[in-house]
Amino acid sequence: MATIVEPTIFELSSPGRLGVTMPASDVPETALPPRNLLRSELPLPELAEVDVVRHYMRLSKFNYSVDDGFYPLGSCTMKYNPKINEDTCRLPGFLYTHPLQPIETVQGNLVLMFDLQEWLKEISGFTGVTLQPAAGAHGEFTGVLMMAAYHKSRGDSKRTKMLIPDAAHGTNPASAGMLGMSVVTIPSDARGNVDLKALAAACDDTVVGMMLTNPNTLGMFDENIEEVIKMVKDCGGLMYGDGANLNALLGIVRPGDLGFDVMHFNLHKTFAVPHGGGGPGSGPVGVSDRLLDFLPSPLVGIVEGGDDDIPPLYGFVTPKQSIGRMKAFHGHFGGGLVRAYTYISMHGPDGLKAISQFAVLNANYLQARLRSTYKIPYDRICMHEFVAEGSFEGSDVRALDIAKRLMDYNFHPPTNYFPLIVHEALMIEPTETENKDTLDRFADALIKIAEEAKSQPELLHNAPHITPFGRMDEVKAARELVLCCWLPENYETMK
Amino acid sequence: MNIPSNLKYTKSDEWFDPSTGAVGISDFAQSQLSDIVFVELLVEEGEEVSAGKAIASVESVKASAEIYSPVAGKVSAVNKGLSDKPETLNSDPFGEGWMIKIEGGSTGDMMDSSTYEKDCEGRAH
Repeated sequence: MATIVEPTIFELSSPGRLGVTMPASDVPETALPPRNLLRSELPLPELAEVDVVRHYMRLSKFNYSVDDGFYPLGSCTMKYNPKINEDTCRLPGFLYTHPLQPIETVQGNLVLMFDLQEWLKEISGFTGVTLQPAAGAHGEFTGVLMMAAYHKSRGDSKRTKMLIPDAAHGTNPASAGMLGMSVVTIPSDARGNVDLKALAAACDDTVVGMMLTNPNTLGMFDENIEEVIKMVKDCGGLMYGDGANLNALLGIVRPGDLGFDVMHFNLHKTFAVPHGGGGPGSGPVGVSDRLLDFLPSPLVGIVEGGDDDIPPLYGFVTPKQSIGRMKAFHGHFGGGLVRAYTYISMHGPDGLKAISQFAVLNANYLQARLRSTYKIPYDRICMHEFVAEGSFEGSDVRALDIAKRLMDYNFHPPTNYFPLIVHEALMIEPTETENKDTLDRFADALIKIAEEAKSQPELLHNAPHITPFGRMDEVKAARELVLCCWLPENYETMK
Repeated sequence: MNIPSNLKYTKSDEWFDPSTGAVGISDFAQSQLSDIVFVELLVEEGEEVSAGKAIASVESVKASAEIYSPVAGKVSAVNKGLSDKPETLNSDPFGEGWMIKIEGGSTGDMMDSSTYEKDCEGRAH
């Protein structure tokens, strides 16, 4: 195994080494804060600048990103992020502004946010949009808060149940649970749709609503979507759309037109904002007429109309029954909003539609190439992703082994063991940015790995072989949560 | 797969021992979950539980799962050491891996071992 050992920065430290030599102080010394606020035992690493740079440069080479190669991580939409987004979000006018500046001095920023609200409304078919939520799950929480506020405003206090399909992202039940709602799981039918019988049995006057991802996490567009939405609405519930899979629908279907009441966007998936490593998400939320008055405040609006000579004045407005502020300031402005604005401007309406068409085409091409080698449990035309089974009859090779072996072929593995309803799931989302050569190389690798699973299973069990580190001990990592290389003196009592 | 014949089983893979009142998860459940890395018991001794109430939360490297009480009754004991040794659920699910004991539980429509075995076979790959 090609294990390269890179010490931690603490191990590289040597007492007395300095990055910068400070000149003698030319101001009078002042007293330090009280002793009980000071710590002397904190073991900060001591290194020269060059050693720090080399350490992090070496670590950066262990990384794999979408700029290195194919990254078919299902549900995450790891599309290539155009570099022009990096230029625009660093324009000084955007970069050197403060959220507390008087609105007259940041009209450009406000116009960008206003236009982005309008564009997201147009793309999704909703009546209102907030840009505040920090990421997808925060958007979900915002949406569920509005659903609760809607029922409360009508004096309808007995609604406590949220209906969630078994194919849902785990964040859906978590978001409903955080508001004290009880979650009712709705099974999927044999074609990967919401099971209508089970849904009918769960629909009553205690339902807050339903949280549905469409296309769902199997990559399937629900064939009964209109029926599903009608059933939820007929019992007085609201329809939440998880926009994680919006990349399949741009310019083709608008969730607002289908009858959804609320949906979060993942700008970091659909609109090419870099993500991964916990990086900057952005989860705006769109709502229908029914929820318009409950949107978080403030929204960006026109506060003084303009005319032919004077442009309008953009500022902040508060919806009538607003649930309040969801985040300090106005969302991830530079990290998310400017990049998404750039991406949408660069594509235009026809370009956005082409994104979804190619995302769906690429997924179907891969599915077709792999169908005879890997079992596809829900085998029909997919949307932007599909789920295969990573196991073979009579073999002890598992999805995890296949995922690790793909790294030896220089591909990032697909999502595995999700969705939970597929045995040994491998969830593959190629995105629109990959050409046919890349898709073919990836399919060839997966087909070769299936052969290896039969002829040399150990090769898979011990994979990856060419990466700086081999198979990680995930069990140990999860059971022994020691993340730092030194322990505070009182560690035992902290436990 | 180990399915002791003296126990009763649920569709959601809990077992119940009518003679001792012990509750846990089956061998099939632990093998599906794979390496279990975290377990949290959600009920305390003396608490009344209804059938279907969540009594524990279990996480493996693959997935997380809620464990439900198979019967209604009063919690007479809790396996306190389990959260420090979640791997016990993998190595000894019917023995040291018991989770709680429930007094006065009726097995109602729980499955016997042969019915449960068929149910598992239907779900196994």
